Amino acid sequence: MSAIQTIAFSPEQLAEVRRLQSLYPDGQGALLPVLHMAQDTFGYISLEAEEYVAGLFGLSPAHVHEVVTFYTLYFRAPKGRHVVAVCHNLSCHLAGAPDILAHVKRRLGIEVGETTEDGRITLQSVECLCACEAAPMMQVDDRYELNLTADKVDRVLEGLR
Amino acid sequence: MAEMVLMRNFGHADSHTLAAYRAHGGYAAWEKARRMEPAELVEVIKASNLRGLGGAGFPTGTKWSFIPKNHTGPVYLVVNADEGEPGTFKDRYLLERDPHALIEGMLIASRAIRSAYGFVYIRGEYVEPWRRFSAAVREAYDAGHLGRGFDVVVHRGAGAYICGEETGLISSLEGKKGWPKVKPPFPAIKGAFGQPTIVNNVETLACVPPIVERGAAWFAGLGTKTQGGTRMYSVSGRVTRPAVYEAPVSVTLRQLIYEHAGGVSGTGRLKAVVPGGGSAAILTADEIDVTMDVDGLKAAGSMIGSAGVIVMDESVSIPEALMVLARFYAHESCGQCTPCRESTGWIYKMVHRIVEGRGHKDDLDTILDVAKRGGGTTICAFYDGAVGPYISYIEKFRSEFEALIPRA
Repeated sequence: MSAIQTIAFSPEQLAEVRRLQSLYPDGQGALLPVLHMAQDTFGYISLEAEEYVAGLFGLSPAHVHEVVTFYTLYFRAPKGRHVVAVCHNLSCHLAGAPDILAHVKRRLGIEVGETTEDGRITLQSVECLCACEAAPMMQVDDRYELNLTADKVDRVLEGLR
Repeated sequence: MAEMVLMRNFGHADSHTLAAYRAHGGYAAWEKARRMEPAELVEVIKASNLRGLGGAGFPTGTKWSFIPKNHTGPVYLVVNADEGEPGTFKDRYLLERDPHALIEGMLIASRAIRSAYGFVYIRGEYVEPWRRFSAAVREAYDAGHLGRGFDVVVHRGAGAYICGEETGLISSLEGKKGWPKVKPPFPAIKGAFGQPTIVNNVETLACVPPIVERGAAWFAGLGTKTQGGTRMYSVSGRVTRPAVYEAPVSVTLRQLIYEHAGGVSGTGRLKAVVPGGGSAAILTADEIDVTMDVDGLKAAGSMIGSAGVIVMDESVSIPEALMVLARFYAHESCGQCTPCRESTGWIYKMVHRIVEGRGHKDDLDTILDVAKRGGGTTICAFYDGAVGPYISYIEKFRSEFEALIPRA
């Protein structure tokens, strides 16, 4: 990122935050959904973003930090434009997930947890995504890619710009 | 093949839409239920022998009856759609293919427990199911099924297996890290936002409309003496046709593997089966003549859990399978209780080095000792769920582990 990004929601987003907070008996219930919004907006959840979100809820930044660090879907550092998450739990393992993961690493030239130099893809190895009937599988951003083979992996990765 | 109850609509065109759901009799059960008294609904569900299908197998009607009668404040209905048990994928199908069945089940449950507000907690990774279900909720609002005495909030999780534990889920719903809470008080007394709360699994609630429509006796008659109905078995691993299969809860594990899923793939010779999701104790090839209901699996020394069946043929390395699960428990332990936080990491380290040929000669006994001492000492059932695999994999396949440990 070249310029320093201002961490602030638009007026429309702030209205959405208030709407989400109003859905819960205690507005704090909206913390996870608002953190999802923050990540979608700012790319990842920096300490500054944590502080900003804490302010919207009247919570301590420490509480928000505790929440952000607890869950796997919140990124605390810039991530690639796409996130590829290969399932490594038992059913996928039995269906060849280790080979699939090795193939993805080779293709991208990165290790798990890293992002390609061009900022295109961040690679993860994750626990059960509950699509075991179509193992091995991986999640690419919002989509599940099922019944993977090396060829299918190549096609999927090539489609990511 | 036996009658479909939960998957009855899956084959219909656009089965996720309100129009298709209605065209096949949807919301008729709710029309019937809204003319029934709450206590009557609880009795019907009790008589149906419906037991929770998320993992614990607790009788649903009994759970509903725990809401304090003299309570005057709000009561919440929370749907556990945080599917995450290794080997389980049934709730994903329900959310995507029959979301209105869940909404209708929620409406009926809300009347039974006198709740005006429901939350559906969907795991964060389930983006498509979340979109599908959210669209169905909007349809239900537009049609006036929701918003007239019962409102539904769809809530996305953010990636944490422990939030499938009902009190961890409640913590997460409250905008905290998903730490389970000490019970008692149970959620039915003091749950979400401090109010009486019923937490039910997706599939459990999807059973409710057919029960109300066709009667408790019909549903009870589909199952065994102590558990009514059919359920959705997620079958994966080394089978010819991995898929979700609906069957009466009296189905045997052998039938599921050989009749439904087409038999064992790979070498074709069965070695072991996980019968109820990753946290269930493993069964050997000669332990599969067991009925797949809550009590059948309990009697076999395992558990039905979420009914995720993972099949392993003779070529599968049991130590490697345990290493994969041990890594999972080490990663997903929430860190609140010392025995779980410390043991899951330590045991993973030991199983890992055994698989890599660097095991110490005392490792197996150490794992068993640590596992047995820690069971039952933690706030939630997560660690007990890890102990089942640790002990059963090693005790039933000990020689396979020993063969990997260098003799020094």
